[in-house]
Amino acid sequence: MAYSEKVIDHYNNPRNVGSFKKDDDGVGTGIVGAPECGDVMKLQIKVENETIVDAKFKTFGCGSAIASSSLATEWLKGKSVEEAQKIKNTDIVEELNLPPVKIHCSVLAEDAIKAALGDYQKKADEKNPKVEEAAASS
Amino acid sequence: MKLPIYLDNHSTTPCDPRVVEVMLPYFTEKFGNSASRNHSFGWEVEEGVEQARKQIAHLIGADAKEIIFTSGATESDNLALQGIVAMYREKGDHIITSSTEHRAVIDTAKYLEKKGVTVTFLPVDKAGMVSPDDVRNAITDKTILISVMLANNEIGTINPIAEIGKVAKEKGIIFHCDATQGVGKIPVNVQEMGIDLMSFSAHKIYGPKGIGALYVRRRAPRVRLEPMIYGGGHERGMRSGTLPVPLIVGFGKAAELCEQEMATESARMAKMRDRLQEGIMGAMEEVYLNGHPTERLPGNLNISFAYVEGEALLMGVKEIALSSGSACTSATLEPSYVLRALGVGSDLAHSSIRFGLGRFNTDEEIEYTIDRMLKAVTHLREMSPLYEMAKEGIDLKNVQWAAH
Repeated sequence: MAYSEKVIDHYNNPRNVGSFKKDDDGVGTGIVGAPECGDVMKLQIKVENETIVDAKFKTFGCGSAIASSSLATEWLKGKSVEEAQKIKNTDIVEELNLPPVKIHCSVLAEDAIKAALGDYQKKADEKNPKVEEAAASS
Repeated sequence: MKLPIYLDNHSTTPCDPRVVEVMLPYFTEKFGNSASRNHSFGWEVEEGVEQARKQIAHLIGADAKEIIFTSGATESDNLALQGIVAMYREKGDHIITSSTEHRAVIDTAKYLEKKGVTVTFLPVDKAGMVSPDDVRNAITDKTILISVMLANNEIGTINPIAEIGKVAKEKGIIFHCDATQGVGKIPVNVQEMGIDLMSFSAHKIYGPKGIGALYVRRRAPRVRLEPMIYGGGHERGMRSGTLPVPLIVGFGKAAELCEQEMATESARMAKMRDRLQEGIMGAMEEVYLNGHPTERLPGNLNISFAYVEGEALLMGVKEIALSSGSACTSATLEPSYVLRALGVGSDLAHSSIRFGLGRFNTDEEIEYTIDRMLKAVTHLREMSPLYEMAKEGIDLKNVQWAAH
């Protein structure tokens, strides 16, 4: 199968490979996929003041999966948490010119983004008890 | 050294220039129909065909009359299975084969299952070998055919064909062997191995694509087949159709060259393969050999690189032509059924790479490949979350994965 130039570029020069400490403040981690399926993506975001200031990934999967997650980290950086929720797998398909058999790679990347955002939110909620509750008790 | 490097010789091989040379006159000057009995155009090409039949028969210890030309090993496999079932259906309706056969056998067997035939797919051991005892135990009074491959196309494991042939003979059951990957690479003798029907093709042995053969035993026992293609009654009535003479002549020459060069070539191939294996496996942790450590085709090497996905790895060494058992390289999105049959986990099946060495590979290419593989695997492991987790001491088997 011939890959698009953008996929090849992300494969050869993956952006933002690496890891944050999961327990650090403002870090959200999403791990999706399974080794048996041939794809596992780990995507992490670092949030300050509701803005994603940094993102990192590690991916076990084909070239398209690597490219999808690499692209996702690029797109996440600088976005607000709310904006990040709007990233769709179809955007990734379009940008990387993925063929139909590789669409699941982009779906996995969207799932990873959602999982990382969800993890960040959960940690933030645990740390700062619900605003309404806080307001009610004062 | 020229790039790209071809290391996918189980898939197909280039035509040897010496083969092409003998084929060429048969396209233009010697263009006759070998079935034309009334003029010299027919006679001269018939001579070419019969010469090729002898060369091919000699390579496998058969008589020239026992070679039936087909379009390739897939057709030969189909003809063997379907032809035997159609001919001997009244005697019984059970066939025995193995779970790591080529798709041409497996899918034909499954088609026959739909037609009411009972099929036993024998398991293989961890090295991919079929046990002759399992064959014996699977035989019933309804068994009409045993079909076991000589050497596997993915892992190169060589089955104990002579022993299975002996079991078949003892029980008086016809024995078909798909020998596509083994013929021309390792010694094959249909007498010594007790084979009654054998499929193989030219393009795996440096001959042209589009031509194959089915060996059909003529005596002790005389095997009969119901044809799949009817017409002019060519090939003892088992396979009608005008013979593709240039391809047949090339097939013959290819067989002759393999026979002449087998001893030196297989030794050279095994030496290169062993160097490739050692160069990769000796330099890297968590790489696993798939298949049999010794009973293996000399040009075959199949390795799983843990924590790295096969297709991504192929992409990292795209100037080297290789094949992977990863689902991503197949249309079905399932990883290699051959590796799964050996008990290799899906994760490692996704991580497998097949190296297929051939006549035109050089030591220099092997050294280059070792270097490129080590670099590509390292690059991918650095970005693998599984490798990171394993390094942290997490047992990946105990992780709750969100399967998709």
